[in-house]
Amino acid sequence: MIFQPQTDHGTPASTAAEMVTVFIDGRSMRVPAGTSVMRAASENGTSIPKLCATDSLESFGSCRLCLVEIDGVRGTPASCTTPVAEGMVVHTQTPHLQILRKGVMELYISDHPLDCLTCPANGDCELQDQAGAVGLREVRYGAGETHLGQAKDTSNPYFDFDPSKCIACSRCVRACDEVQGTFALTIAGRGFESKVSAGLASEDFFGSECVSCGACVQACPTATLVEKAVVEIGTPERAVVTTCAYCGVGCTFRAEMRGEQLVRMVPWKDGKANHGHSCVKGRFAWGYATHRERITKPMIRAHIDQPWREVSWDEALAHTVAEFARIGAKYGKHALGGITSSRCTNEETFLVQKLVRAGFGNNNVDTCARVCHSPTGYGLKTTFGTSAGTQDFDSVMAADVILVIGANPTDGHPVFASRIKKRLRQGAKLIVIDPRRIDLVRMPHIEAAQHLPLRPGTNVAVLTAMAHVIVTEGLADEEFVRARCDWDEFADWAAFVADPKRSPEATEMLTRVPAADLRAAARLFATGGNGAIYYGLGVTEHSQGSSTVMAIANLAMATGNIGRPGVGVNPLRGQNNVQGACDMGSFPHELSGYRHISDAGARSLFEADWGVRLDPEPGLRIPNMLDAAVDGVFKGLYVQGEDILQSDPNTRHVAAGLAAMECVVVHDLFLNETANYAHVFLPGSTFLEKNGTFTNAERRIQPVRKVMTPLSGLEDWQVTQGLANAMGLDWHYTHPGEIMDEIARLTPSFAGVSFARLDAAGSLQWPVDAAHPDGSPIMHIDGFVRGRGKFVITDYVPTDEKTGPRFPLLLTTGRILSQYNVGAQTRRTENSRWHSEDLLEIHPIDAEDRGLKNHDWARLVSRSGETALRITITDRVAPGVVYTTFHHPATQANVITTEFSDWATNCPEYKVTAVQVTPSNGPSDWQQRYQAQSDRARRVDPVPAE
Amino acid sequence: MNTTDQLVLMANQIARNLAIHGDDTATAETAAHIKAFWDPYMLRQIAPMLAAGGNGLSPVARAALERLCIA
Ligand code: SF4
Ligand code: SF4
Ligand code: SF4
Ligand code: FES
Repeated sequence: MIFQPQTDHGTPASTAAEMVTVFIDGRSMRVPAGTSVMRAASENGTSIPKLCATDSLESFGSCRLCLVEIDGVRGTPASCTTPVAEGMVVHTQTPHLQILRKGVMELYISDHPLDCLTCPANGDCELQDQAGAVGLREVRYGAGETHLGQAKDTSNPYFDFDPSKCIACSRCVRACDEVQGTFALTIAGRGFESKVSAGLASEDFFGSECVSCGACVQACPTATLVEKAVVEIGTPERAVVTTCAYCGVGCTFRAEMRGEQLVRMVPWKDGKANHGHSCVKGRFAWGYATHRERITKPMIRAHIDQPWREVSWDEALAHTVAEFARIGAKYGKHALGGITSSRCTNEETFLVQKLVRAGFGNNNVDTCARVCHSPTGYGLKTTFGTSAGTQDFDSVMAADVILVIGANPTDGHPVFASRIKKRLRQGAKLIVIDPRRIDLVRMPHIEAAQHLPLRPGTNVAVLTAMAHVIVTEGLADEEFVRARCDWDEFADWAAFVADPKRSPEATEMLTRVPAADLRAAARLFATGGNGAIYYGLGVTEHSQGSSTVMAIANLAMATGNIGRPGVGVNPLRGQNNVQGACDMGSFPHELSGYRHISDAGARSLFEADWGVRLDPEPGLRIPNMLDAAVDGVFKGLYVQGEDILQSDPNTRHVAAGLAAMECVVVHDLFLNETANYAHVFLPGSTFLEKNGTFTNAERRIQPVRKVMTPLSGLEDWQVTQGLANAMGLDWHYTHPGEIMDEIARLTPSFAGVSFARLDAAGSLQWPVDAAHPDGSPIMHIDGFVRGRGKFVITDYVPTDEKTGPRFPLLLTTGRILSQYNVGAQTRRTENSRWHSEDLLEIHPIDAEDRGLKNHDWARLVSRSGETALRITITDRVAPGVVYTTFHHPATQANVITTEFSDWATNCPEYKVTAVQVTPSNGPSDWQQRYQAQSDRARRVDPVPAE
Repeated sequence: MNTTDQLVLMANQIARNLAIHGDDTATAETAAHIKAFWDPYMLRQIAPMLAAGGNGLSPVARAALERLCIA
């Protein structure tokens, strides 16, 4: 296959409904009003030469290469900035235009190195193409002053900047402004002196504001901004569209390949979640896929003190099944369980829960969503009837007021954050409810109307106080409520929130949010037009996570903000397939499609399809499995693609639980922390090595495609199938598409999904069924899935985790742009240059009280344990609050977190831990001991020479 | 914290979050919640302490668990 870049129509598509007829080079065509002449021509097969225009950016009109002649119009207007008009007659190729274009091109080329043959962009350079297109054969200008020979900036780990090749088209600057919203680049100087610059003159890319999203590299028509991988490997020769395996935005990319080698990931312009944008993780941080620490051979050991021994797949599977059979015989079938992963595909997740339910014969299956969005499932199912966000991402472009609570989109969901920022720059208002001053509160051209810096743990009190203002000031949308919700439940709820003791003034002492600000935020949300709520783990990871989700749903219903574009309740999902893992029946009480295991009707469908009886009682959740293990009754665990030892709370308890088991099977890419306690290691496959689907935060099911052979020889679903068959289950899927057919057969909201349909449509948003054959971008349009929307009274119950003299500060946790979750992938890439260690953010007053200076080591102690890390002093956090990320195992942040959890789902209370911070000399004893033990646990026996 | 203490904490927390609905409804809802989400093993674990008087359980949590364990 010949490599083809994606077609570039030069200017963005017009969204106008009205159509006009134009005549271009004698051909008539109908295009939406507002389309540029350039785009109209391109869509109809005529490409007008261009340099400064690209269809991801608004037209700019600086290069003057795209000139055309239009009947009745004087001169030669630029086709990129000229919109079509009814009856317009355009000529794109005339002798006069040819001369003009050649002249323009000649000027560009005279100041450009003529090293095309050795240039990394050779064959993929618009300047080269356009020189050909305008027929430039010679350059008449002599050796005047040029920009040749300027020093390259190679400071960014992923792309180079070679200013001598720059044509000053400012596509990069505009991409950084318009698409990414970081405003890191400028064109410094004027005329001949014009020069692209990353911030101050002295700064290079790495030291600038640049967040390495790649938008400028994407936009650059020359080799000025070019991926290092292209310089090293060469231009790609084929491209396969697939989905990012990092966060819940679910950006789609063209994996551009040379043979089996990945050259670069280029965001796919037709991707409906990302529209051609990306962040540093998905765009660049895929080097882990071939990292030397990848384990590619199955390994076993009798005891966790022993070194690992490499074995064949057959031996590993047979050993595992024999161990599980032994445990089942000795302790009973309930002594076994499995954990599915939000990083794996829907098909793989479905098979793991099937293995547990149909093979182990119990419902002891859980997923890492337990520790992130399980309250979303509970809260939205209870209030709306379905466990998912209500909108597509595009909906934000119709929002007038954007409320972000407990989320940090610019770090956690960067590509969606760029859409939010774009909408805010267009004039939408922003309310941020977060203990920390997240970046979105104040950025170039953005300022939140309100930032409510609440005390961690008081979400419910703050949201109830907002509801108090809305109800008592008569701002509720009663018409919507009467039409769509249960009125009596609303009336009870309204009376509850209207109680003066729930007013902003009465709760200010508790929440630390100034009442006047809270009132202003509530009024803005209720009266500012379309109100959209976006939330993250700062909502769910609390002892009242589920209550907060329901309080959010109440607020949306009370203000009529459900069921149309621009509004809604939108959980921002952490991992790429959290939504999918939940949809696929990964929770112990639910079959796929959120049907309770006690529902005999749903169960019988599965029983008939699988030919087994299913246990009608819910199984153990992850924390309960660990408790049961410590009690000596839970003995065998299959963990696919998750590192519970690092990601779950109260590390010591998790370690004790794992240590008490007799067969822990870890199926992963690397020897992760959990694998320190494992007896069997099954090597996993990366998203580049398998076929399947991921479902993003907007319920969008998107294809994941295999672009290289799995290093271990098997895709993950094949390994699970191998285990099932070794247990005698007789599965014979030959392709993940067949697993999806089974999912569709058994899951009403997936009824219309198949690989063929996904291939044709690109992606589909569930529910995809008879009523919604093409999927459902927005839910609850005419009515709620459960019938009438349910208002649930959410009483504020303070967490049991309290500060006091011993632990006077509140620790809250989060993540950073360049790293992902436990960091297993991103730490094995150059992204670590931006975040080589976890730091503790502390307010200047608290630091001074403790005699701590910036970058000092500090001891962080809670009643669960202690660790040590360096501090960074900042007023982003309020006095009394400290904050850290948890991307590095050495930090052991979860040694600190406690066993407290959400009342309804047991989602851990990561966001509130009472701690003390004191000066320290370096890592704690536990960290040092842990490191030694972890090094010991990772030994692999050398393979004997043949 | 041992498993029984952990289960007591969980049951009390559920009851406390539903308490606003009044004792009768809160008891029924707590029982329904536990029935829907707890593995029977967890009920078996808590049963002995319940039989011994349920010391440490809130009245609503105890009433809810009694319904489930005795039923
Ligand atoms: S990589 Fe992204 S943030 Fe950095 S300069 Fe380019 S567009 Fe701006
Ligand atoms: S770096 Fe590339 S995109 Fe930016 S002005 Fe120069 S040529 Fe244009
Ligand atoms: S925003 Fe998320 S899905 Fe998109 S490229 Fe970044 S990590 Fe991947
Ligand atoms: S492409 Fe139209 S002026 Fe540059």
